[in-house]
Amino acid sequence: MSKESLDTQGTSGRSYWRSLEELSQTAEFRARLDREFPREAAEMRDPVSRRSFLKLMGASMALSSLVGCQFALKQPQEKIVPYVRQPEQVIPGRPLYFATSMAVQGYGIGLLAESHEGRPTKVDGNPDHPASLGSSDAWIQASVLTMYDPDRSQQILNAGKPATWADATAAIASAAQAAADGLRIISEPTSSPSVVAAIAGLSGAKWYQYDALSNDNVANGATLAFDRAVNTIYAFDKASVVVALDSDFTHGSPTSIRYSRDFASTRRLENDSLSMSRLYVAEPSPSNTGTMADHRLPIKAGDIAPMAQAIAAALGVAGVTAPTLSESVAKWVNVAVADLKAAAGKSIVIAGESQPAAVHALVHAINASLTNVGKTVTYTEAVISGPTGVASLKALVDEINAGAVKMLVIADANIAYNAPADINVAEALKKVPTVVHLGLYNDETAALANWHINGAHYLESWGDVRAFDGTVSLQQPLIAPLYDGKTFLEVVAVLAGNATATAYELLTTYWKSVQGTKDYAFDKQWQISLHDGTVAQTTAATIELTAKVGGEIPASGTGLELIFRPDPSLRDGSAANNGWLQEVPKPITKLVWDNTAQISLTTAQKLGVKNEDILELTYQGRSVKAPAYIVAGQVDDTIVVHLGFGRTQAGKVGTNVGFNSYALRGTETMWFGNGVEVKNTGVNYTLASTQEHFNLEGRDEDIYHTTTIAKLIEEKAHGEKGHKKHEIFSLFPAYDYSKGYQWGMSIDLNACNGCNACVVACQAENNIPVVGKDQIWRGREMQWIRIDTYFAGDSTNPSIYQQPIACMQCENAPCEIVCPVAATVHDEEGINNMVYNRCVGTKYCSNNCPYKVRRFNFFQYVDEETPSLKLQRNPDVTVRVRGVMEKCNYCLQRINESRIDADRENREIKDGEVITACQQACPSQAIVFGNINDKSSRVAKLKELDTKFTVLDSLNTKPRTSYMTKLTNPNIELSGKME
Amino acid sequence: MQTSQPLKPPVVESYDELLGPGETYSSVTARISDIVLYPLLKTPWGWIGGFIAAGLLLMLYLYSLATLFTVGIGIWGINIPIAWGFDIINFVWWIGIGHAGTLISAVLLLFRQDWRTSINRAAEAMTIFAVACAGVYPLIHTGRPWLDYWFLPYPSTLGMWPQFRSPLEWDVFAISTYATVSVLFWFIGLIPDLATLRDRAQHPIPKIFYGLLSLGWRGAAKHWQRYEKASLILAGLSTPLVLSVHSIISFDFAVAQLPGWHVTVFPPYFVAGAVYCGFAMVIVLMIPIRRWFGLHSLITMRHFDVMSKVMLASGLIVTYGYFGEIFYSWYSGSIYEYFLIVNRIAGPWAWSYWSLIIFNVLIPQVLWFKRYRTNLPVLFFVSMCINIGMWFERWVIIVLSLTRDFLPTSWGVYTPTFYDWATYIGSFGLFFILFFLFIRLLPMVAIFEVRDLVHKTAHKAHEKEDHGHAGA
Repeated sequence: MSKESLDTQGTSGRSYWRSLEELSQTAEFRARLDREFPREAAEMRDPVSRRSFLKLMGASMALSSLVGCQFALKQPQEKIVPYVRQPEQVIPGRPLYFATSMAVQGYGIGLLAESHEGRPTKVDGNPDHPASLGSSDAWIQASVLTMYDPDRSQQILNAGKPATWADATAAIASAAQAAADGLRIISEPTSSPSVVAAIAGLSGAKWYQYDALSNDNVANGATLAFDRAVNTIYAFDKASVVVALDSDFTHGSPTSIRYSRDFASTRRLENDSLSMSRLYVAEPSPSNTGTMADHRLPIKAGDIAPMAQAIAAALGVAGVTAPTLSESVAKWVNVAVADLKAAAGKSIVIAGESQPAAVHALVHAINASLTNVGKTVTYTEAVISGPTGVASLKALVDEINAGAVKMLVIADANIAYNAPADINVAEALKKVPTVVHLGLYNDETAALANWHINGAHYLESWGDVRAFDGTVSLQQPLIAPLYDGKTFLEVVAVLAGNATATAYELLTTYWKSVQGTKDYAFDKQWQISLHDGTVAQTTAATIELTAKVGGEIPASGTGLELIFRPDPSLRDGSAANNGWLQEVPKPITKLVWDNTAQISLTTAQKLGVKNEDILELTYQGRSVKAPAYIVAGQVDDTIVVHLGFGRTQAGKVGTNVGFNSYALRGTETMWFGNGVEVKNTGVNYTLASTQEHFNLEGRDEDIYHTTTIAKLIEEKAHGEKGHKKHEIFSLFPAYDYSKGYQWGMSIDLNACNGCNACVVACQAENNIPVVGKDQIWRGREMQWIRIDTYFAGDSTNPSIYQQPIACMQCENAPCEIVCPVAATVHDEEGINNMVYNRCVGTKYCSNNCPYKVRRFNFFQYVDEETPSLKLQRNPDVTVRVRGVMEKCNYCLQRINESRIDADRENREIKDGEVITACQQACPSQAIVFGNINDKSSRVAKLKELDTKFTVLDSLNTKPRTSYMTKLTNPNIELSGKME
Repeated sequence: MQTSQPLKPPVVESYDELLGPGETYSSVTARISDIVLYPLLKTPWGWIGGFIAAGLLLMLYLYSLATLFTVGIGIWGINIPIAWGFDIINFVWWIGIGHAGTLISAVLLLFRQDWRTSINRAAEAMTIFAVACAGVYPLIHTGRPWLDYWFLPYPSTLGMWPQFRSPLEWDVFAISTYATVSVLFWFIGLIPDLATLRDRAQHPIPKIFYGLLSLGWRGAAKHWQRYEKASLILAGLSTPLVLSVHSIISFDFAVAQLPGWHVTVFPPYFVAGAVYCGFAMVIVLMIPIRRWFGLHSLITMRHFDVMSKVMLASGLIVTYGYFGEIFYSWYSGSIYEYFLIVNRIAGPWAWSYWSLIIFNVLIPQVLWFKRYRTNLPVLFFVSMCINIGMWFERWVIIVLSLTRDFLPTSWGVYTPTFYDWATYIGSFGLFFILFFLFIRLLPMVAIFEVRDLVHKTAHKAHEKEDHGHAGA
């Protein structure tokens, strides 16, 4: 494991950037920075870690961002005067929250962005928005870092040379005029009504949408079933039996936040309820949803289709004959079908995006036969119109090759990177006379364009977007574009000959025309919509449809199956330059900074493959090299590769990280296919993960409680209260915690699916640095909350347990007594505070922490030099320097904010008023925080339940964070015994 | 180097006596002081070579420390969960080595063990240098070493005191007291000999140098009386320190709740281990010095025999500790303690545990036989083994316990880096630089005490009364 092999963060090597990097290292530049930030200049510097940070965060861009961000960093030349009149609403030190929304694969997620003196520092879900209900996910949490990414494209380029917006508009407008019918637009899928209308207004232009993770299968399945485009919405909160066929519905899609919450609500045992839903999951490799399953069946992706047929046949769907299934699968299907039948009208069968359209059509028929339609499954008009998948990209390339395209506008879609390998985008783009690229990054596609226009981040943009249920929400900018980026709407306007209109003007003009209201009425309505984050009465109406079975069910193949999956963190790879996403440990594997060829233990043994062996995967004549990683619970004879890595021009963070699995993808095998060949090169690769050991080692009683609902009911019936714990006596009187606020947390293991939203939210809230692969490999990750994963049972189909662990805030904190300088101390409200300024860094506290939740700044991890990254930081949380220990402190800054509010209003802090960052982000609401002294608070009530336990109770640390026992609801027919 | 010795005696090994045959007051004085007073320009090449080698090691040490201060402690292999590695291992190891000196000079003085006289000076010097080496580690192992003064209870404008419940805070006092008392004791013991050197020196520079250091010692009866009193007091002060210092250092671990650290037997077990390792180090240093400087008649086989016996005894206490740990892990009923021992014995790092057992338990069993106790090559080998074994003991306690604690998800691996090794190996540079300076500048055997021994030996031999002290 040489150190070189770890060094994956190469720079992208453009001389233009390199020269800036050199420039940023000059003495004048240093002097200037030090003058501006004398405190940091005085602190002892650390050249080695600084160098790695240059790689990671790209401080090379510092100089130009200094020019770019004018308001907070660079003082204007003119005389400055303090506020004579304070701007309305702005109170220094108090954040403002604005409703906005972010498009995820074209669908809107309503957000509230936190703004500190004009800087958006964090985004969270908008409670009024149907797709978020106040929660978010790791992808959304990390989006704020993308905005401040110093590697973002900062200027308009014409053939690689800087140009002005005026030049660009003139050139684009005239090219568009000249192109006439030869104008084509390709963008990521968008549901934006204003954009759709604007493009529709371009005569002669044709619009394509391409998303590498497109759910075309879903759309095509609906077309097969209903002969029309349909949007399907599931109501998991109403379902008591769910069968997921290769569907990870709780993670990684525009609907997953909502579905996570709805599903979790059927698994929660609050208010003495003793019933919970049952989840069946059939999938090739463990997904987040799979870890929640009561019955998980590892099955090849290609074998899902016959399974769906068998389910349909068993339910009596007309025109379906049952195929022969293996005995174990048949039994599983029979039991699931019996449960489904019993829960007709209260069940859901859902197929994953990667399953072929015919399976989706079957599933529609199955849901119809279960009378779920209209109850747990509803249909509306499609939110995103038109194909968004590979068919669309192929059609465009065909057009280009036919010479029909004179001008191509590419908006955000990074087709040069994420197109399947059998579509040669680079070659095609050469044939187009004018290629205009609009995007946040000067990426692989931008390099092929004549014009590159630096795009505006959604936090810098005016816009609109529709949610999965059709609800329109508005995007409003939280900050003026840092680098004068442009939006898609503006570029479309230029194509239409309107080069001067701003996005705001275009947007309001559109909505005025739609709503047909007069200025005054419109303004009023506009304000309400902006404030609420949603536009009233835009939710799509449900439509009643009859499903029919259609399409050809592909035969399940033989041989080694290659399965493509979006990376759980990076998804399609567009956010590859986001350090938070690169470094968040992937669910199940806990790997960071890499993608792998995942393989089952049996198959690995059969192929003679060990972890970290570099494999050469050859598929349809194309091959890539990928490190092997053995995953328990993956079905045999499959190899799962994740998309989103191997970027060649992502920026300093994301370039040359991992391998590019798009290079194996074909237009016919976008998600899986048979017959991949594997050759073990015998070369070793180093993977970094945050967890090395996944076995509970028989420590279940102390660490992770799990039981079944049936057993719980039986215990209740017999009046058993679990075994009473031994009282531990102490010679010393205990501290009296009965007064005042006593903060505590409860984490419901039944709801947690390990999605990482909390991890990234915590990172954003608490200014947690990114440390890079090498440091993680050395065991120095910095995230304050982690999700521990355990495998139990046999390796072919283990139970997978996820457990979020952050500082437990022990009442008898072992860390406190060993600190020689009193840098970690208890407060009277039960929080174990870390006093960063006082910390000398003996690390003794970490050694004595049984939960190992403390994190240490072994180097100067925080980039104190890149101005744009400084803007992102939460001003309410100290930025830690080298040599200091840090850890979770229950978002003390948020408690204090509420305390100030409460004091001012002369009242107590209300239950639910203080929401920690992890709690706020959690899509399944697994985390509850509050005052445990208030017996009516939700957290106090949860702590009264029998299913509550604390981790390592036997050590008598008295943690303030407790957990709710993981419950499963297995069908006795399958589990065979009542555990 | 022997050639430079004017009074090189014939090598006659003495197995029963503490002094070689034919040693007189003047021969003893000359033999010891001539090593020091030899002209500067005629310093033996062996010494110069050794000094340069030690200097190079010191440069490595300074380089690694400079990197540490400028870059951060991330240059070491430590991580979370293994937040202490070589830094604390070496700290405990060096402190342990120091113990022999104090034991020899203080405890044996109180117990009136005559055999201590010819080795106590060098052993004490070793103590002080080892404590110096040890003392560096707690200071540099912190993340922000420039703030180490916060460990001290000084009247800060912040109104902050150290946290006195922390064993690390106890260390501050234990080590500083130990270092202070050791230096004082050593220096006071040196005064009569410094006066001897002053009187024997011919060149003005050493005359002035030793003259200043000897603080006006004239060898008056009053001086001797005060000297005896002071050394008795300091011996009385040092004796509890022998026990307390390593007990307190063991509290760094015993007070924590980590399996493998939280062991009540640690204080006596650590003290015994320190004595064990300290005597081994004394033997390792004495064997070559005795040979190079021709001190056969001052440091006799009898000395090695006695030191080996102490080593054997303390080794058995340590062995008892090892078996005790295994027993408690089973008897405690704690799955964590039990797992820890199984992991030590049969885990991925079992080789380090078995090295410890082989080096510390099995090999030293040869010391039961006088034949081996007086066979210097064997003794040297065994002592080296013990030094290595005791280092492994700290490795096993500190690192192995941290690698696998309560939550399996946070288990980790520790891999020492170049800088870990450099700060360890480099610390020998500091030690040997000081030691070489010591043997060149100060009498490495207590002249007046050996002369006392000459007197006593003569007395015993002739069964004659001869009162009074030997004058300077």
